[in-house]
Amino acid sequence: MAAKGPVEGSSIGFDFSNYARNEFLGQRLNGLPKATSTGTTIVGLKFGGGDSGEEEGICLGADTRATGGPIVADKNCEKIHYLAPHMRCCGAGTAADTEFVTNLISSNLELHALSQGRPARIVTAMTMLKQYLFRYQGHVGAYLVLGGVDSTGAHLFTVHAHGSTDKLPYVTMGSGSLAAMAVFESAFKQNMKRQEAIDLVSRAIRSGVFNDLGSGSNVDVAVITKAGTEMLRNYEMPNERGVKSRNYKFRRGTTAWTKESIRSLVVSEDVRITSGAGKEQPGVEVRPVAIGAGPGGEEGMEVDS
Amino acid sequence: MSVMELNGGSVVAMVGKDCVAIASDLRLGNQAVGIAANFDKVFPVNDKLYYALPGLATDVYTLREHLRFRVNMYRMKEEREITPKTFTHLVSSTLYEKRFGPFFIEPVIAGLPPKTELEPNPKPFISCMDTIGCITTPKDFAVAGTAGDKLYGIAEGLWEPDLEPEDLFETISQTLLNAVDRDALSGWGAVVHIITQDKVITRTLRARMD
Amino acid sequence: MALYAEHPASAHDAHAAGPTQHAFNPYSDNGGTILAIAGKDFSVIAGDTRQSEGYSIQTRYARKVWQLTDNAVLATNGFAADGKNFVKRVKQRLEWYQHAHHKQMPLRAIARMIQTMLYGRRFFPYYVYNILGGIEEDGSGAVYSFDPVGSYEREACRAAGAAQSLVQPFLDNQVSVGILLHFSSHRHPSICSFVPSASLRKHTIVTNDRQFPPRHDNSTRYLGVFAMEALSLALTPQIYFKNQVPEPGAAPFIPGNLPLSTVLGLVVDSFTSATERHIEVGDGLEVFVVMNKGRTTDDLLGEGQLAEGMEIEELGALGDGGERTFLVKRALKRD
Repeated sequence: MAAKGPVEGSSIGFDFSNYARNEFLGQRLNGLPKATSTGTTIVGLKFGGGDSGEEEGICLGADTRATGGPIVADKNCEKIHYLAPHMRCCGAGTAADTEFVTNLISSNLELHALSQGRPARIVTAMTMLKQYLFRYQGHVGAYLVLGGVDSTGAHLFTVHAHGSTDKLPYVTMGSGSLAAMAVFESAFKQNMKRQEAIDLVSRAIRSGVFNDLGSGSNVDVAVITKAGTEMLRNYEMPNERGVKSRNYKFRRGTTAWTKESIRSLVVSEDVRITSGAGKEQPGVEVRPVAIGAGPGGEEGMEVDS
Repeated sequence: MSVMELNGGSVVAMVGKDCVAIASDLRLGNQAVGIAANFDKVFPVNDKLYYALPGLATDVYTLREHLRFRVNMYRMKEEREITPKTFTHLVSSTLYEKRFGPFFIEPVIAGLPPKTELEPNPKPFISCMDTIGCITTPKDFAVAGTAGDKLYGIAEGLWEPDLEPEDLFETISQTLLNAVDRDALSGWGAVVHIITQDKVITRTLRARMD
Repeated sequence: MALYAEHPASAHDAHAAGPTQHAFNPYSDNGGTILAIAGKDFSVIAGDTRQSEGYSIQTRYARKVWQLTDNAVLATNGFAADGKNFVKRVKQRLEWYQHAHHKQMPLRAIARMIQTMLYGRRFFPYYVYNILGGIEEDGSGAVYSFDPVGSYEREACRAAGAAQSLVQPFLDNQVSVGILLHFSSHRHPSICSFVPSASLRKHTIVTNDRQFPPRHDNSTRYLGVFAMEALSLALTPQIYFKNQVPEPGAAPFIPGNLPLSTVLGLVVDSFTSATERHIEVGDGLEVFVVMNKGRTTDDLLGEGQLAEGMEIEELGALGDGGERTFLVKRALKRD
């Protein structure tokens, strides 16, 4: 274990104490397991501004399927992560990495905002992300679409796991990026209206959901303008499972068992008052307890002096 | 044969009506050779919170003791019991700390959150994560282990919402038994815990021992 | 713009690593799942219609279940090109048989023929998992399942393909192994290697000729089968539906009597479940129902028998055996 305090000291950063052991096991047993990688469709675009008559903004979108190999591990996960009140980040790649990287940067952005006395800019978040990811040379497998609005306007970036970034008016990432980009390339316009942007983003995500096996289930959308952020969780749900043909409830007693132990969590108490304080006991006069300054109150209890 | 299949074992957790259930098989193996039929992978955190650690057996012990320590520290510092959600994040960050040298464990957590003033009717809670701590919190069921695929298939067929504790017992038991019967690395008995507001029922199932 | 730096080893170490080798992989995996369940006097063979490679859908409608004769339907899964070609060749052989013998090939003979065809390519196999379903000469529903090089067995039910591991345990639980024991091969001595389904084999005794009298003696073999059934009952609780204990005092379960409506429901739920959890399963479902001659069709064609969203058509007779084949279609999720 990495250097720890006497009892439960905390050390920051990754702990490589299992690394050598795991390499050994991996060689002995051909191959280590791969982490949950999210086949994903995530997109983002800039809208408003120009002659649209609307405020500049960013619209982000994501599907909600998490996969482990060909198996769907989560049918309705959240891929639009919170960074700051005016900033969101869509994640593709290794699920745990996107989750923890965005959490870490979110914390650091909050500290940054507190120390600077103003909200952090989108480029700041982008720089923090790329510097962190570059440091790990692509081993932290987070592929991100970062968007938000700050004092300098609306900004949209992609950040790759190796640390490279792009700044573009419309972007897609993940295994469904080609399906989604096909939609954007054919229908993106500068200075779209807010609803137009939401419609186009959800159409791009739908294209990923239906044409890419790694993406599926629902469409999540986030809209960020100067006025604030609106999270449209499960904006569209085109893949609800219908009712099953049959009922699979079992008759009680179907499963044979050999041993049973029941731990009762109910603490049963039988309270009977025998003397002293309590109200309305026969033969006991209820007197209010003296209250006043100091111990004993007005009755003047003897106090050690 | 990857490290995850070295010792074998599978677990499943399910949500019911005001109750949760968590179950595991009892096999410990060395690849195809069975070693023990009493290797329980489900452990209690407190009265209403249980978790299971399927995967590499050496890490089951390491992680269990590590989490016991962390939960005891939490209990002493906070003077209250850890909630299922907080415990999930504790496990998750413990796993992610070892991102580049992970524990080969896919934990599954099941519990009933305590009633509070803000949340007088808390929903039953289950969660699971991969080896590096990516959390999923399903509304229906969570599975892990060498029979994971099989458990997914069966659970998707058998599970239904709002099962009473006794019905949930049947559903989770049938799910586990029929999945491990098709898995060479899981089985050799099974144990089920049903957690309700006023009791925890633990049953050892009659299962195929081959 | 190259996003990632090229790994230096690939460019410069080419000579150090020895001569460059080129390999052509003739196989690919096209996903999908198939499934078949045998009934008392019918058989149900189903498959989804998605064909995929990697994360791409090649087509949302590719058939992988084929009517061969009036009493046989073949489902193929694995490498789609091999599957298509294999079915073509099987059909050709069946046509030759028809011309030579003026009758359709019986199911068990088709099964054996498929075995020889598959094993004939032992060292360059068809990368296909086959499931053959239909009506046996004695009128019982039957399912045969094959591996890519021709190992086969008769079973009560079988799933194969991408979501086999998701569907098969569900079927074990809901269909039972009992059907097989009841309709075992006592009338067909040719099926000598009677092997119970894998899970039963786990610890009951496999019938073979060393333990039971010669297979020509039908009556004793029949006894052997029932002796085994009794043995299983004594040893395991799951001879009813697997892992299920029958209700105390209830009428004994008669294996193989699952009604058609139940089987259809199970097939649909198996595929919708697999669609939920496996990315390669979806788009559409085709279910072939083969019925023994003279069997009622009320439980399929009757009013309100089929759930909403299901279409049915009858496939024309290919011979004069009298068996009838129906095709039931249903949509699956497309994500």
